[in-house]
Amino acid sequence: MDIIINISGALCLIIGSFLCISGGIGILRFPDFYTRMHAVGVTDTLGAGMVLIGLMFYSPDFLIFSKLVMILLLTLLIGPTTSHVLAKAAMHNGLMPELAQNDNNKNMD
Amino acid sequence: MIDIVLLTLLMVVAFAIIKMKDLFSVIMLLGIYGLLSASFFVAMDAVDVAFTEAAVGAGISTLLILLVITMTGRSENTTRHKPLLALLVVVFTGALLIYGTLDMPYFGSADAPINNHVAPRYINGSMEEIGIPNIVTSVLASYRAFDTFGEVVVIFTAGIGVLALLSVVPRPEDSKKITPVNDSMHEQYLVIRVVTKILLPFILLFALYVQFHGDFGPGGGFQAGVIFSAAIILYTMLFGLNTARKVMNQSVVQLIAAMGVLLYACVGVVSLLNGGNFFDYNVLSNDPVAGQHLGVLLIEWGVGCTVASVMIIIFFSFAGRREMQQHNKYVDNKDQESSL
Repeated sequence: MDIIINISGALCLIIGSFLCISGGIGILRFPDFYTRMHAVGVTDTLGAGMVLIGLMFYSPDFLIFSKLVMILLLTLLIGPTTSHVLAKAAMHNGLMPELAQNDNNKNMD
Repeated sequence: MIDIVLLTLLMVVAFAIIKMKDLFSVIMLLGIYGLLSASFFVAMDAVDVAFTEAAVGAGISTLLILLVITMTGRSENTTRHKPLLALLVVVFTGALLIYGTLDMPYFGSADAPINNHVAPRYINGSMEEIGIPNIVTSVLASYRAFDTFGEVVVIFTAGIGVLALLSVVPRPEDSKKITPVNDSMHEQYLVIRVVTKILLPFILLFALYVQFHGDFGPGGGFQAGVIFSAAIILYTMLFGLNTARKVMNQSVVQLIAAMGVLLYACVGVVSLLNGGNFFDYNVLSNDPVAGQHLGVLLIEWGVGCTVASVMIIIFFSFAGRREMQQHNKYVDNKDQESSL
């Protein structure tokens, strides 16, 4: 039982850190605002979520476990909302995705 | 290790703040700076301070400055002159300060004056005399109650200053014009409004928890007040100033700000009347420890009330100014159109 908990906890932590790192690389490498938004969204929802779940496996008592559950719920609620609001604000201010801009340019040509 | 990483990041952010010309990015970096300092405080085991820094430095002050640049414009004026004298003064002062640190004891060293002077007295005596597990609260609210009273008065004075400079009396005909605009934005803000409505009760509950749990864990009146006002400010940002003013009547909020300071001072006066020193809570009850508990609870409540209401007042005044400016712009445009 112990070994199963240990392994699954470690697996979650590794997946979470991988997602965080890939999200970080994504912010630097992606071409335009919206794809970068996607990278950020992955980092702070799925990456942080997996790390929190991994930590839940290792939590020594129920109190810490329940605190982690609360933090997870909070991130699941706030992360997607902030991404949504940011994207909406960008859209509202007339920032077009790079691909759409390219299409427009082609049409003009 | 983590200290070095955090301090390096702080340095990098500070340099970026100086170099940047776009004020909007500077404000975002200031928020990051606040958050980094908060993490640094956590790493140094100063959780109470980190609480305040995260809420004020990264949250509310960032918002207030953002509000200001929506009124003033977001690019910095380029300066042509090179302030050599100022640079000289700064370098000289900096060098003196660094020279001063050479004499300071190492961080955490046992023979540092801070660890020999009054700190052992507080650490050893706090549990017997005050009976509160959180020594930070017992120092802040009981041993150093007079200092804290000064801080609360400073915050109250700041609130009065902002009110005196920026207060705008809303005219009823204006609010009628603005309300339909607000309703039409409902569709656009739907998701964030719903999520905020879900979160608000929990934020307020958390603020009250921090307020009343300050004796046992990190927290207290300052932190609770800031968190409480953050919830109200969030509500104001999403539902408009007029709706928020209907929920939190501004004159009532102003009254509460004054009542908080008054409550704090009254605890001191009552202890004077009961035959003790000013802010000597031992005499508030028959049992000294029970008296201390009562005194700490009351003054934390006063601090919380004042901090929360002053923050709300400051935000309302700033936002009211902005709303008036935009309204004037709107009216000016109308006038121009009609004259054309």
